[in-house]
Amino acid sequence: MADERRRVAGPVHVEGEVVATKRVGGYRHLTLTAPGLPERFRAGTFVAVSVAGHIARRPLWIHRVRASSAFGPTLDVVVQVRGSGTAWLAAQPVGTRVAVTGPLGRPFALPKDPVACLLVGEGYAAAPLFPLAERLRERGCGVSLVVSAPDEAGLLSALEARRSVRSVTVLTADGSVGQRGRVPDVVDDLVARSDADIVYAAGPTAVLASVAAAAERAGSWSQVAVEVPTPCGTGLCHGCALPVVGEDGVDRVVRGCTEGPVVRGDRVRWDALGAGS
Amino acid sequence: MSAPLPGPVMVAAGCGGTGRELEPFCGDDGLDGLHVVTRSITLDARSGGPGPRVVEVPGGLVNAVGLPNPGLEHFLATELPWLVRAGARVLVSIAGATMGEYADLARRLARAPGVAGLEVNVGAPDDVGAGLYEVREPFHSASVIAAVRREFASDRPVLAKLRPDVSRIVEGARSCHEAGATAVVIGNAVPAAFPDGRAGGLSGPAVAPIALRCVAEVRRAHPDVPTIGCGGVRDLASANAYLDAGARAVQVGTALLHDPTTVARLRATLRTTAHLPGPEETP
Repeated sequence: MADERRRVAGPVHVEGEVVATKRVGGYRHLTLTAPGLPERFRAGTFVAVSVAGHIARRPLWIHRVRASSAFGPTLDVVVQVRGSGTAWLAAQPVGTRVAVTGPLGRPFALPKDPVACLLVGEGYAAAPLFPLAERLRERGCGVSLVVSAPDEAGLLSALEARRSVRSVTVLTADGSVGQRGRVPDVVDDLVARSDADIVYAAGPTAVLASVAAAAERAGSWSQVAVEVPTPCGTGLCHGCALPVVGEDGVDRVVRGCTEGPVVRGDRVRWDALGAGS
Repeated sequence: MSAPLPGPVMVAAGCGGTGRELEPFCGDDGLDGLHVVTRSITLDARSGGPGPRVVEVPGGLVNAVGLPNPGLEHFLATELPWLVRAGARVLVSIAGATMGEYADLARRLARAPGVAGLEVNVGAPDDVGAGLYEVREPFHSASVIAAVRREFASDRPVLAKLRPDVSRIVEGARSCHEAGATAVVIGNAVPAAFPDGRAGGLSGPAVAPIALRCVAEVRRAHPDVPTIGCGGVRDLASANAYLDAGARAVQVGTALLHDPTTVARLRATLRTTAHLPGPEETP
């Protein structure tokens, strides 16, 4: 029945609680309870969180889900302070109650076969690649992970991910950790070295565009998690325009939160998004 | 024969996605029996405006979404049947570039199974409704309503959604009602500007006192014109403010973007408080 399906698969809007908060590099990691939400999570989906005094929601990538903990099922999100809303969120102590909606959006599509996969993430937006790596490993896929940032403070730690991936490459623009460089400059080499059949990417638009183009050149599939300004996150407002080319070759504008955030890299009209590749 | 008035709680145009995205947040009833006003449908598909389309400001949102919609054909083939099957009472918001387009839309929708009524979008803020029929004067709105009413079944409601402009609303409401509007929805987004100066419309709690004043003025001048309050409705108190001012129903819009369960909660609350005249009690 449709009702049953909705209860199992659809997003929920619940009151969550901050049960842990930790500063990691330039970001704030929050662990939240949100009844019913972790169980529905799939890598690439996100949550929309209410922020005191604001109408628009704050979309946050889900970095990790724990099926059980002292607090029951929890989810981790990564907050980068960008304005008064995210500043409020990052400052909340344990015990703060927040309205959480999710999981929202289309997740990363997983291959049926155990193929080689390259995951490229930059900054806080790399968050959904970590649970993705675990899912891929469960399917027997060989995973190469690239985490990138302008500097060390912008990197998400790949320490824990090392268990689930074949190789980790750390890339910083200033060379403070790992290899010096930017994704667009080295992406062709990364794709070639990993011999990936599928390339997954999460990060700023310019990074996604370069990864999608490199995958195309190498004859690989790509899946990218696109960030566009998302006022509600639920698909209700049509505010998060994402220009794509449909399967039929026709230009369309879809909702980044509902038809995205994960889309095929070769379907995004990067120039219309303001990122020449 | 007079058309029944929808309500008491409705989903405002442009704030319910296609309906599918709202359904998971509507509790066990889902959309069943809920009056859902669709986003505005035009004859031809519109991809909407450039981003950013929605920007947060104190007390509300400034938006210029640009009426993205798949066009009438696609809507009739896919979105409408889904809404009908979900049990929603569908009021289709229509927008046109000419009076003829409004009439065309009304004619086609009158034949479509499951359309409970129409809401005529004649009050979109300037520029936001770029390419729409220009409605500067109350008689413009009224002539559109008359054109729509001629094409649409008289036993189903036609709502006129007007801009909450207090200097114009009394005349606008009266003329639309005389032209055949079952009720007047007050109001649409208030003409505003984005922080960068682009034209947009302001909606949300900041609009509530303005729309409330408009409802009260219409009530005072023309108590026989049914009004539906729209603007900043987010809970029982904000809904009751409109109802106490004389509105017969309320629409929930921007609040859904903040909390998608708002409509379901308000519906449940109003069911138990019995503050409102039900649709069946209205003349």
